Amino acid sequence: MTPLALAPVHVATPGGYLLVLALTLPVLGVLAILALAPRRARQVALASMAAGLAVAIAILAELLRTGDALTYVVGGWQPPLGIALRADGLSAALIAMTALVICATGLFARGMHDLAPETRDGRAATTFWALLLATWSALNAVFLGEDLFNLYVALELLTFAAVPLVCLDGRAETMAAALRYLMFALLGSLLYLLGVGLIYGAFGTLDIRILSGLGDGGPALSVALALMIAGLLAKAALFPLHLWLPPAHAGAPAAASAVLSALVIKAPVFLILRLVLDVAPPEAAAFAGQLLAVLGASSILFCSVMALRQARLKLMIAYSTVAQIGYLFIVFPLASGPEGMPPWETIAWTGGTLQLVSHALAKAAMFLAAGVVAEAFGHDRIADLGGFGRALPLSAAAFGLAGLSLMGIPPSGGFIAKCLLLTAAVINGHPWLAATILAGGLLAGGYVFRVINTALASPAMPLTTRRTIPRRLEMTALALAVAAVLLGFIPLEPFGLLQIGRSGLATAVLP
Amino acid sequence: MNLLLDLALVAWLVVLALHVARTGDDRNAIVAFIAFGLLLGLAWTRLGAIDVALTEAAIGGGITGLLLLRAEAHLRRGRQADGAPRQGGGAKTIVAALASAVVALGLGLAVLAFPSPAPTLAQPALAAIDATGLGNPVTAVLLAYRALDTLLEKVVVLLALLGVWALTPDNLWGGAPELKEANPPQPLLYLARTLPPFGVLIAVYMVWVGADAPGGTFQAGSILAAMWLLVMLAGLSPAPETRSRLLRLLLVGGPALFFAIGFLGFAVAGGFLAYPKPLAKALIVGIEAALTVAIALALGLLVAGPSNKAPAR
Repeated sequence: MTPLALAPVHVATPGGYLLVLALTLPVLGVLAILALAPRRARQVALASMAAGLAVAIAILAELLRTGDALTYVVGGWQPPLGIALRADGLSAALIAMTALVICATGLFARGMHDLAPETRDGRAATTFWALLLATWSALNAVFLGEDLFNLYVALELLTFAAVPLVCLDGRAETMAAALRYLMFALLGSLLYLLGVGLIYGAFGTLDIRILSGLGDGGPALSVALALMIAGLLAKAALFPLHLWLPPAHAGAPAAASAVLSALVIKAPVFLILRLVLDVAPPEAAAFAGQLLAVLGASSILFCSVMALRQARLKLMIAYSTVAQIGYLFIVFPLASGPEGMPPWETIAWTGGTLQLVSHALAKAAMFLAAGVVAEAFGHDRIADLGGFGRALPLSAAAFGLAGLSLMGIPPSGGFIAKCLLLTAAVINGHPWLAATILAGGLLAGGYVFRVINTALASPAMPLTTRRTIPRRLEMTALALAVAAVLLGFIPLEPFGLLQIGRSGLATAVLP
Repeated sequence: MNLLLDLALVAWLVVLALHVARTGDDRNAIVAFIAFGLLLGLAWTRLGAIDVALTEAAIGGGITGLLLLRAEAHLRRGRQADGAPRQGGGAKTIVAALASAVVALGLGLAVLAFPSPAPTLAQPALAAIDATGLGNPVTAVLLAYRALDTLLEKVVVLLALLGVWALTPDNLWGGAPELKEANPPQPLLYLARTLPPFGVLIAVYMVWVGADAPGGTFQAGSILAAMWLLVMLAGLSPAPETRSRLLRLLLVGGPALFFAIGFLGFAVAGGFLAYPKPLAKALIVGIEAALTVAIALALGLLVAGPSNKAPAR
């Protein structure tokens, strides 16, 4: 037992109960859906969404009001024996992002289900509502967890909520995609769990805050971190472990694709960030950062080219997800600022977070818009969609606005994010990363313009929609895309919210 | 003598693991996998982890084995129908073997570097146990110190079941799975008639004793599930319809009670999942009992699979 572990490392804060609510409310909705009649499922889901959104806003408000992280010690059992939950600025921002995207996709799904009243209370719809809420709880658990095993449970919850979402339509090909996703996700969980076991064996604790104060870890910590990060990379679908993602994300129903692409893969990315930043010793962190940046850059280049070559809209968007995730990994070497400056005060940290949030909003908007297109015309082959902008102007606009953010064109959240990352790359002397960021932007421009060009084309025979699409469905996608654009009005400097609750760790890391 | 026994156990485990990975015959591999689970249970006993041993034998050896055997039988019927030959990938095997070797090497390196004596939370776990009124530190970890993990794991089991149910064809949604063998063999019928009373008794005993000695919800739940599956396989009682309200209430009841008592902690014990000290043991045993029923049903239904009969009108 180290003396550090004897003193309480986590002190519960007054607003800490909000974290418990964020974690449990959606799951309570799942239990209610299972217990009640199928026709109640959507009411339960919508009520849970309203409550969850309120809790997310309350967490953000409490954090801004106190200027300090929220902490809760579950059951009053202090770590390392018990479990703590903690929301710093970054966690709170991600919780708010998750609530926003979940609520928007929930409203979209309700509209989609209304188009087919006969299956509205059927298998796919009921299951979707339960899985959507379960995904939400799992994501919040990942963003709040302070204990490596508790985070493993959160990852399992996420896997078992996300995988069935892929094959909701029951076709054989989506079933195969879901199975492949399951294999990758379980392999990732297994490697992560192995690492957790090793860390407990070596240190007798799994609390991240205690671990961050332990200093040199020896070979056990290195092996454990390597296993855990490799496992999480499989879940995050970073090149070359991305093979499962395009068929899975493209095959799911539109609302599910939006949640999977915008939110679910961000959870393992967030955990890798926490492992590298809070658990790994500095030299190991620097080495891992370089390696992750190389993989991230390959992801950006390779999968952007793949996106350009796709014939189907949803597959194109899915490949674009893998490319955009790459940006999150080139943050690691860029966030090591000048001597003595902690990563969260650098512009790359703000840039990376903005990239994460703006991608979530933009990608959800794109998948929802693509869902409307597929519903209206019965297919999503880009070549046969010439002039769809006339039939569905709002969806085309949503796609275009979301595209601005992916390309990094002002004004948009993606522009600020990529601008900050580019500046960081130039200042820190990483010309290759700077070139990659620019090339990735150009390639994104290529695949977005290909779709916009199709939307604005005027074919000899105008496209006719299979069915009328209610305005409300299109508005959801547009609202998310506008939100992604609005992020562009955040000032171009290290963002204060993201530093809340981080300074305490600095003293723990630096002796 | 003990060293010899342990070495033999380890050797068997390694041989069985290699056999499972190498054999081309699925059924053969599954049987070896079940044996592996039982031997692994023995290994845990040798390490003094009786709770883990019981769970490994029940889940790793029992329920998972049954699940795999049913899946294999299903696949074999499909393969015979379409006559497609089995294919094995040479490159994939090599990649998997290399990756496993690297992981094994890393594990060896890390385990050999462990500090001695190993840092452990056993002392704090025992020191704090008085507040829970329990005698079994494993149960204290699962239902008090780390109750949140246990609670979420139970939801994971429910989600897994929901995931299986989601594979139902739309017209059969809400119906019942069909488990009965076409011609249940006589020994199976005999076992299905005689074993369940003993199984139920053992399960009840395990929940009860779990508070103070090895045993608990997952072990008792899997024994109950095994008894239920035996009865369903022999055709003595059909599987329930998945839309049945009672079934769903029982499934949700365990986790729901856990949540309810957890939230009650806000009011009476100063926080989520905190127990008021005088009532702690009673509450924990109550939660365990409800969870056992939920787990037994969930495991049984996971093996039974998605429904393949339309719901009765």
